[in-house]
Amino acid sequence: MTTLKVLVVDDEPAIRSGVIRILKNHNVSFPFIQEDFDFELIEAGTAEIATEILEKTKIDIMLLDNKLPGMEGIEFLKIVSEKKLDLAVMMITSHASLDLAVMATRRGAYNFVPKPFTPQEMRAAIESIAKHLYLKRMTSTLKEEGKQIRFKFLSVLSHELKSPINAIEGYLRIMQEKQAGENINNYKVMIERSIDRIKGMRGLIMDMLDLTKIESGTKTQNLKPVDICEIARMTLDSMYPLAIQKNVKIYPDLIEELTVTADPSEVEIIFNNLISNAVKYNKDGGKVFFTIKKQDENIIIIVEDTGIGMNEEEQKQLFKEFVRIKNQKTQQISGSGLGLSILQKLVDMYKGNIQVDSKEDVGTKFTVTLPLIK
Amino acid sequence: MDNTKKNILIVDDDVDILEQIKMYVTSYGFNPITLSSQKEAEKFLETNKPDLAIFDLMMEKDDSGFILSYKLKKKYPDVPVIIATAVTSEAGMVFGIDEKGERDWIKADLYLEKNLRADQLEREIKKLLKL
Repeated sequence: MTTLKVLVVDDEPAIRSGVIRILKNHNVSFPFIQEDFDFELIEAGTAEIATEILEKTKIDIMLLDNKLPGMEGIEFLKIVSEKKLDLAVMMITSHASLDLAVMATRRGAYNFVPKPFTPQEMRAAIESIAKHLYLKRMTSTLKEEGKQIRFKFLSVLSHELKSPINAIEGYLRIMQEKQAGENINNYKVMIERSIDRIKGMRGLIMDMLDLTKIESGTKTQNLKPVDICEIARMTLDSMYPLAIQKNVKIYPDLIEELTVTADPSEVEIIFNNLISNAVKYNKDGGKVFFTIKKQDENIIIIVEDTGIGMNEEEQKQLFKEFVRIKNQKTQQISGSGLGLSILQKLVDMYKGNIQVDSKEDVGTKFTVTLPLIK
Repeated sequence: MDNTKKNILIVDDDVDILEQIKMYVTSYGFNPITLSSQKEAEKFLETNKPDLAIFDLMMEKDDSGFILSYKLKKKYPDVPVIIATAVTSEAGMVFGIDEKGERDWIKADLYLEKNLRADQLEREIKKLLKL
């Protein structure tokens, strides 16, 4: 259990005692943080008293009223933020004007609680700010440890997971309120869309696991002689249903047999990512050309599609984690935004390279070169 | 556009959220216009004036909603803007803006948590439209 020190700065004794009553025996925990938090409360009736307390005691969270006798809350906030203390500030205010909110945010306030507040609102706000504080401290630790990228990954990940949850929750709420009447058939599309979004989330989680395994190096490479053309044919078999559904035809041009030393599951992930992208980002009636050939010591894998293509700016973004090219043509296509990062990492592991040629509305060609022939 | 009904512009890059808000707005008796990117919305606003706009915050950019809000208010100061976002915390307003300069010009009439109840959204829209 970690105890966070909370300083309540408000000139109204009733508000101070209210906050203390609400938070005194309250503790919070988060599914992703091992520690639980509880709160030790300290009161101040004015900014001046609060200043003295801040000098002597290390405060974690400050709840700050804007209307104070003497120095106003927003002024005090400026002074506090200049001191660069490691604390998070929540404004309590009865007039939450946008101007004040913007100014307070600029001066480092994390959130706002309107007065009067219910115990639930106060608890929700304190949970949110405790989480923020924890994450902020965690970020600075991670920064020191050079793990900032991992952290960014997590924060983007949470957004990517939150979007489908929001969409599904929205549909469920519509159903709960029976917005489209009593007949379940009226909700058919919503149910289908919810299932699609859940599938997308599951895909994201699977991709993410692949990626973390590759990155952390815990994925043990199972190197053995494999016929990569055989794997290619198996991958194609598993891709045909998607291709039929999207009305895309695949034209394979594979050599008979090519045995190299590699991990079959990794080779499959490489093929899978390349072909599924070529099918997904294609047009109705489009084509995919899938070629494997030998060239000196290298295996050349070419996947070319007649799909929607990308402009130069989009191509630059392509291999970044969680980057999904967002435009009108891609918004109905589900994807985790991790497939190509995974591809890149695997190809790097085999010391190969990837070349992309793409033209908007014409198509995209991926050429992967793997130096696998000894 | 329907001349008798109020036109509500809804911009969100999530097709499902867009559908849901559209459904709600229609049920309140308004005429929804749905677009799915900041780019499309900017183009639309060049020649059209909606009666109210609902913007998602994070679209192509993390602050697309703010940019749209700014541009709309500059052209049509009287059109109310709602920014609907999953960025706000459970408790109050939390702005996910990083650059200082951008904070100076956020102009929206209301910030709403996504997945609002139908009656709450109706009340907020009607209040802004002074109905």
